[in-house]
Amino acid sequence: MKLIIATIKPFKLEEVREALTSIGVRGMMVTEIKGFGSQSGHTEIYRGAEYAVNFVPKVKLEIVVNAAMADEVVATIASTAKTDKIGDGKIFVLDVESALRVRTGEVNDDAI
Amino acid sequence: MKFMKTLSVAGALTALPTLVLAQDAAPTFDEIGPYLMTTLLFLVGGFLVFWMAAGFAMLEAGLVRSKNVAMQLTKNIALFSIAGIMYWLVGFNLMYPGDFNGYVAFNFVPTVLEPVGLTASEAALDYASVASDFFFQLMFVAATASIVSGALAERIKLWPFLIFVVILTGVFYPISGSWQWGGGFLSEMGFYDFAGSTIVHSVGGWAALAGALILGPRLGKYKNGKVNPMPGSNLALATLGTFILWLGWFGFNGGSQLAAGTVGDITDVGRIFANTNMAASAGAVAALILTQVMFKKVDLTMVLNGALAGLVSITASPLEPSMFGALWIGAVGGVIVVFAVPLLDKLKIDDVVGAIPVHLFAGIWGTIAVVFYTPDTSLMVQLTAIAAYGVFTFVAAGALWLILKATVGIRVSAEAEMTGLDKAELGMEAYPDFTNG
Repeated sequence: MKLIIATIKPFKLEEVREALTSIGVRGMMVTEIKGFGSQSGHTEIYRGAEYAVNFVPKVKLEIVVNAAMADEVVATIASTAKTDKIGDGKIFVLDVESALRVRTGEVNDDAI
Repeated sequence: MKFMKTLSVAGALTALPTLVLAQDAAPTFDEIGPYLMTTLLFLVGGFLVFWMAAGFAMLEAGLVRSKNVAMQLTKNIALFSIAGIMYWLVGFNLMYPGDFNGYVAFNFVPTVLEPVGLTASEAALDYASVASDFFFQLMFVAATASIVSGALAERIKLWPFLIFVVILTGVFYPISGSWQWGGGFLSEMGFYDFAGSTIVHSVGGWAALAGALILGPRLGKYKNGKVNPMPGSNLALATLGTFILWLGWFGFNGGSQLAAGTVGDITDVGRIFANTNMAASAGAVAALILTQVMFKKVDLTMVLNGALAGLVSITASPLEPSMFGALWIGAVGGVIVVFAVPLLDKLKIDDVVGAIPVHLFAGIWGTIAVVFYTPDTSLMVQLTAIAAYGVFTFVAAGALWLILKATVGIRVSAEAEMTGLDKAELGMEAYPDFTNG
């Protein structure tokens, strides 16, 4: 099993969810986050004074899938969330040791 | 009692109609009409100006950070209510004493209303009812106090602020107001301030400026020579507040005609409404265009300030200018705000809602602009009055702020300020479901 962590632009969330559902992803965790990457924020003006917005709002997805499916999920997120503009986000893939569905007690691949 | 009296009068009228008409004729409409109309103008104007308290509350709630919203609302309802009591207790009679030395009337008596069921023969038929006059004037002093609360938001202690409001609304404002509206020395000099660009708005602005200087800026507002903006929590509320103030201003300026019983007077009231609206529009549009040009983006909070600055600018003479006159006077007000807000930041004077640019600077401008359209006014007299109000209010308010600072303290602890006054001082949040801003 693999854990895929993706940060995307918030307005892309629905589109990414639809694309992932259509390739068979059955669940995901979504968190509203703020952060910075190579974009390093931007400046705004409020009442005549410039200030830096260091943390940009993003949405973080956490998806656990069968190892065999991981590449397809990564590719789907990458193609759907892409706008070709700065700040499109990043995708990380990690190994998952175990999984358990609380209601039934099913484990690992059966649990996801 | 009243019912019986009415019955007996009605009986007499039926029994002896001709005699009653001939000997003790009911006053004709020509006699009481002006009294009725002017009283009505005060009542309608008064509740419109009352609504400005809601406008100030919403504007300030929107421009402070979410962790201070409940406290800002508390200050607004408290200051309005205190003004309502203090103006009855001493303010009204101190401000409108009749004959006095022209500077201070030592006339510390509460306001007394007319008896119930006043008859025409007992009424001041050339003016309006005392109650309506009191009610109308009271709303103006509340506006002055609201100006102060916006500038000092997010760091001043509740109770010392309210003590300041007691003195401001009960003593300072009535004394300086009496110089002009009470028939004092400035009115004898020929000063002209129709609805109070100086008497109401600049006075609030001076008191706010003295407070802001003595209180100091919010923590972290000016760091390492840079201005650190603290964006407001809710621009929808700030916009609603501005529109409410705009509405209230029709009563503020229109009611200040102080007469509605003739064709000329009521037409003038209409003229004032139209000019007032024009000045607000021009102030907003000026700020709209200027922020786009200067900052490459429109700044909504400045556009809101621009509309209010237009309103303050026209308040000293909303009657005489043409519509075009109102337009350019208001537009200059909007321009003043866009330049004055960053200027105050350069001077490290932290004015959370822009009260000082809007009410003090545009108020001074409006008082000067009087000379362009109003006959028999003099620039020297206008400037003298501006200086008189400035020196008196700044010194008196400054002294009071310093006394409060030395005795009870006026500033919350750094920890309370960082936590937010809602949690630290009130233990109550305006938006408990959201995170702190």
